[in-house]
Amino acid sequence: MATEIAQVAGKRDREGSPWTGLWAVVAKEMADHLTSARMRVLEILIVLTAAGTIYGAMQNIRSTIGQDRFLFLKLFTTAQEPLPAFVGFMGLLVPLIAIALVFDTINGEFSRRTLSRILAQPIYRDALLLGKFLGALFTLALVFTAIWLLIMGLGLWGLGVPPSSEEVARSFLFLLVTIFYGGIWLALAMVFSIIFRQPATAALASLAVWLFFMVFWDIIAGVLAQTLVPIRFGFSEEYLKQAQLELGLTRLSPTTLYAEAILALLQPSIRSLGFILPTQLQGAILGSPLPLSQSLLLIWPHLTGLLAATLLLFALGYTLFQRQEIRA
Amino acid sequence: MNDLVIETKDLTKKYGTFTAVDALNLSVKHGEVFGLLGPNGAGKTTTILMLLGLTEPTSGEVHVLGLDPSRQPLSVKSRVGYMPDLVGFYDELTAEENLIYTAKLNGLNRHEAYKRIADVLERVGLQDVADHNVGTFSRGMKQRLGVADMLLKRPQMIIMDEPTQGLDPEGAREFLQLIRTLKEEGITILLSSHLLFQVQAVCDRVGLFHRGKMVLEGTVPELGRRVLGRAYRIHIEAEGDQKAIQSALQKVPGAVQVELADGRLYRVEAEHDLRPAAAEAVITAGGKLLKLDVETQNLDEIYAQYFKEVEHGN
Repeated sequence: MATEIAQVAGKRDREGSPWTGLWAVVAKEMADHLTSARMRVLEILIVLTAAGTIYGAMQNIRSTIGQDRFLFLKLFTTAQEPLPAFVGFMGLLVPLIAIALVFDTINGEFSRRTLSRILAQPIYRDALLLGKFLGALFTLALVFTAIWLLIMGLGLWGLGVPPSSEEVARSFLFLLVTIFYGGIWLALAMVFSIIFRQPATAALASLAVWLFFMVFWDIIAGVLAQTLVPIRFGFSEEYLKQAQLELGLTRLSPTTLYAEAILALLQPSIRSLGFILPTQLQGAILGSPLPLSQSLLLIWPHLTGLLAATLLLFALGYTLFQRQEIRA
Repeated sequence: MNDLVIETKDLTKKYGTFTAVDALNLSVKHGEVFGLLGPNGAGKTTTILMLLGLTEPTSGEVHVLGLDPSRQPLSVKSRVGYMPDLVGFYDELTAEENLIYTAKLNGLNRHEAYKRIADVLERVGLQDVADHNVGTFSRGMKQRLGVADMLLKRPQMIIMDEPTQGLDPEGAREFLQLIRTLKEEGITILLSSHLLFQVQAVCDRVGLFHRGKMVLEGTVPELGRRVLGRAYRIHIEAEGDQKAIQSALQKVPGAVQVELADGRLYRVEAEHDLRPAAAEAVITAGGKLLKLDVETQNLDEIYAQYFKEVEHGN
């Protein structure tokens, strides 16, 4: 009986690992990305951004040397008019780079008529899709890590002060969060590249979502909160409720999640990302920085949220891709 | 081991209410070249995709090399080479780089991959352009690279969808020659086409597809007998009494119809090659035989005739 069930189960299972050939796909995708002209343009863009903002930040920081415990982290967060800070730029650039990498990853295979040939090799679709995702993610990781090292080096050279171990840890976590933030937009652009046969349509759709979250979602969240929890009597509870709803709504946007997460990582003095009532501040020493573990605790929900969004989007893309007819 | 390389039983594929492949029973023997014929949209490509496990059948059974493609796709795909219609490559990579990717996906190690790549590129005559970007290749070269790509895994069987589509006549001729050499190596070949002349030139057996069904199957002479009622057309040029010669030819066993074409040209539609008997008939009727020629059955005619009948039937 048991063997019968096992046999039936064995018959219904697919043979072999779904990840057969995964690393071949990852290697090919990375090689493609790293040698493409598209990538070179993006690299120039990001290096210029980093150089510009870090130079601005250094000009600013030099005047305050000796006053701040976390001088190095200020490199990332200090803005010098008219340029925004490096982190501000990253919030803008990371989605763009991620979208630029993968908006044509699946539909491009269709239009080049390579998809059916590749899928006729002994691999599953799973390996192709995950391989494409990982290939792009590793490319992002490689580029961001290079930029991060560049900034650390510039900081050492320009400020002449070595970073403390906590600063290194915090900025490294910033790097990790940035890479994962890129992962969301990779997954999103990939879903669109599965849905739309035209790469241009997929790129536009991805950019539309990005623009929506960058610009419009904050406005919409404000309007929604005002409509859903209107101020009727002017009680402070009402204001608090409305503000909390608005904050909750804005946090549906990955852009907000990312911005809050890196703010808490790079500015240890940030103690809360929500609202604090005066009663909650009793006994607190204002302005004193949080230890890294506490900052991490603060952004833990943000990190899980970012990761969950990535997984959901990837799962959506996976389902769509598995069901897609591959005949061109 | 089973001699049948491909075996399908009541294989059906439906897209919504549209039936792309309808209860198909197809069997291809080891070492055979089988041609799937039919107009576009007749279900040829869908059948091929089901054979490779690239699309799931709605019902029915498929066995390829004794394996079930929807349950054991990796085993099937590592033994079967597939070349889609208008096969594409990564234009920005060289021919060799494209093949390296395929080799890696097939799990070949580096050393083995390079050896095989050099080997297959030479076989298809692309060894001199191995380091050229595929973007610079002509359609014919891409098609040959497609064959190299298939041969890389040393397949027991290859499936080609419209392999000669988009080729110039010279390219097509070379390509058919390539198919013949593969057949000589004992590789079973399944190819689909709507270019009948080419199918006729290389296929041992053909299956005629119409609206998802295989309506005719067999060797080209068999199909000729079934559809046209004759398999051979014999052209005779003879001098002498026209009526005597014509009636003598009509009496030859196997002759279906005798027509006097032009003065001394006769056309005999026959079930088999009756050239010796026809020659004898002409001479005994007192004619002088000037020329005797046989034209084998033409798939084009079979095809046209069949579809004419189908349309009249409807």
